[in-house]
Amino acid sequence: MFIIKNKKVFISISIGLVILSIISMFVFKINKRLGIDFTGGALTEVAYTGEVPTQSDLDQVLGTASLGTIIIQPTGNTGYIIKSKDLTEAEHTNLLSALSEGGKYKLEEKSFNSIGPSVGQELKFKALLLIILISLAIIIFISYAFRKVSKPVTSWKYGIIVVLTLLHDVAIPVGIFTILAHFYSAEVDTLFVVAVLTILGLSVSDTIVIFDRIRENLRNQAIATKINFSETVGKSLEQSYVRSISTSLTVILVLLSLFFFGPVSTRYFALMLTAGMFFGTYSSIFLASPLLVLVEEWQVAAKDKKSLKKKK
Amino acid sequence: MWKKRVLALLIIILGVGISFFVFKSEPKLNKNIANSNSFLKNHPFRLGLDLSGGSHLIYKADTSAVPAGQVSDSMNALRDVIERRVNLFGVSEPVVQVQNGGLLSGNNEEKLIVDLPGITDVEKATAMIGQTPLLEFKIEAPAGTPKTATVGKDGTVNINADPQFVSTELTGRYLKKATLEFDSTTREPKVGLQFDATGTKLFAEITKSNIGKVVAIYLDGAPISTPVVREEIPDGTAQISGSFTPIEAKQLVGRLNSGALPVPITLLSRQTIGATLGTNAVHAGVKAAIIGFLVIALFLIFWYRLPGVVAVLALIIYIFIILALFKLLPVTLTAAGIAGFIISIGIAVDANVLIFERVKEELRSGRTISDSVSRGFSRAWFSIRDSNISSIITAIILFWLGTSLIKGFALTLGMGVLVSMFSAITITRIFLYTIEFVGEGKVARFLFSSGISK
Repeated sequence: MFIIKNKKVFISISIGLVILSIISMFVFKINKRLGIDFTGGALTEVAYTGEVPTQSDLDQVLGTASLGTIIIQPTGNTGYIIKSKDLTEAEHTNLLSALSEGGKYKLEEKSFNSIGPSVGQELKFKALLLIILISLAIIIFISYAFRKVSKPVTSWKYGIIVVLTLLHDVAIPVGIFTILAHFYSAEVDTLFVVAVLTILGLSVSDTIVIFDRIRENLRNQAIATKINFSETVGKSLEQSYVRSISTSLTVILVLLSLFFFGPVSTRYFALMLTAGMFFGTYSSIFLASPLLVLVEEWQVAAKDKKSLKKKK
Repeated sequence: MWKKRVLALLIIILGVGISFFVFKSEPKLNKNIANSNSFLKNHPFRLGLDLSGGSHLIYKADTSAVPAGQVSDSMNALRDVIERRVNLFGVSEPVVQVQNGGLLSGNNEEKLIVDLPGITDVEKATAMIGQTPLLEFKIEAPAGTPKTATVGKDGTVNINADPQFVSTELTGRYLKKATLEFDSTTREPKVGLQFDATGTKLFAEITKSNIGKVVAIYLDGAPISTPVVREEIPDGTAQISGSFTPIEAKQLVGRLNSGALPVPITLLSRQTIGATLGTNAVHAGVKAAIIGFLVIALFLIFWYRLPGVVAVLALIIYIFIILALFKLLPVTLTAAGIAGFIISIGIAVDANVLIFERVKEELRSGRTISDSVSRGFSRAWFSIRDSNISSIITAIILFWLGTSLIKGFALTLGMGVLVSMFSAITITRIFLYTIEFVGEGKVARFLFSSGISK
């Protein structure tokens, strides 16, 4: 099969994409893009019902309000989003009265979100914990599910390959997100973490379906003839790629509808998942299976070396 | 054969019934809801704060003074007290919950989460919640404890009496009720306290071992009354007499009765969402779900023909089962939760696609339609099971450890995966067996094929 024959090309493409994503994480400084969910701070969104003050006007007023560093961004035609440190009730009241310039402009507070630094710390810890636990659970589950397939590649190697493809599937959307964050001021928030974790779950299920096909074909062939591993994998791919693409397509279709028509708050979330789903499908066809064949070839090569040594 | 048709008919009737329930129990869709029975009235969708508008407050509880074994008890007591206060404020359906600290949450903070739907002006609410009448009883420290004195800027000397007193176990959490009383001779207002069983025992011990000494009563960290104990008080009553005005005394009684907070709390974070923002999000979510469904339905029918139509039917039943579950359990829907549901619509099709691709393969290898269908189901089962288990594992871990936003997403996604396994496998199978009557002709084989093949 074409993909298996050119496995090194496809594996290189994936490695290249992952490296590019990691570079973009450093170039665009993803660690500087953490939202208030992680760092603590306050986000106030207001809409003016009458006349709208200019931004420079507000900059001036808020500069004297002694609320620390404040960033003001316009949103829509009549509103502003104000980012600041986390605010107490009193400070919050001060901010609102400063925004209305003492009642001169009428405004409506659309949302206010103030998060203490300790809550952000907790979320950081939990996000890490979740990523580690979910990856571990997936390795264990795959080693279990493929426990009967010990020849020629042992089941825990399937698990490791799945996790490698998972890292690939997460790294690329994160890389894309950092570029988005740079140009469209998207922020790393709780939903970003959820997106990463969901990509983990979805992309592994896609890889499993293809591995499952390989498992089935190996079982059937084991009785008939001597196994040609790379041929079996190639055949399994041929049998399952249409299915793989169709199911991902259905999920991507709903994600795109969520992106274009869904709530504003889940827009970047939908986009990240779309990227995750796309690369999750790509990697289960163009990365996971080629890797599996590569591992088998390494094993054979190592065995030959050993037997060669023995002969000597 | 007839059995299967009856079963298919039953499923359709049940599906129609469920959809009827979903529509009729929604106030916006059923204008007549005021006259409906209470079962329908009691099951609207429950919207989270980000969709309905309202405030989400996170408090940190300082449990450092509570003995290790009693932390969860006093946190529950705290929740009850706050709940009572919030109810006094007239909020409809407030949610007050304890979030336990511990190894898995990143720190040992005990937190209290207060959701106030519909309340966007929380200044008053937070003031009311935050007003902490923390009542403590302290006894004299052993002799020799040094007094601390500070010299103020203007030269006055403040003697800090606090180190003279040490805390006891007795606090406001053991208070049963407080009453306003007046001294029979001086007409001075007093606050009468009645302890519960544990409090009575503690108070008896304290008074017994401190006869002739001062027992100080502290409110919010300041001594309000420092009476001298004359004898053991075994009946669990005490009086606070300070220099109260009648109004102050009455307020104190009210605050003590509405609940003396068993542990002090501080506001950590606050989130307020205006109602218009929430309504927009709901509309957008519904629109995205409908468009997403239509696009999938078109794809399924175009690509998989007759089985595709069956899958769409199963998908519709799936959507109504999930919506009914959201109402019945009930699940509080947030923007992230709706996103989880919308994604589950996409995943729900996954099992059907797996099965249909298998059926197609079997058809190609020359089997009859009914043979292919039954083999397709049995051979696709293992990959359906394994691929869904990984999604379920992810959802469970997210739900177990996540913050409330993550939990909402994990719940709808996990429920979606579980229910879709049933709908995509069981319902589709019954329907497909029912329509075997199309026979084995060319037309039938065309209907069961897929994609761009003939």
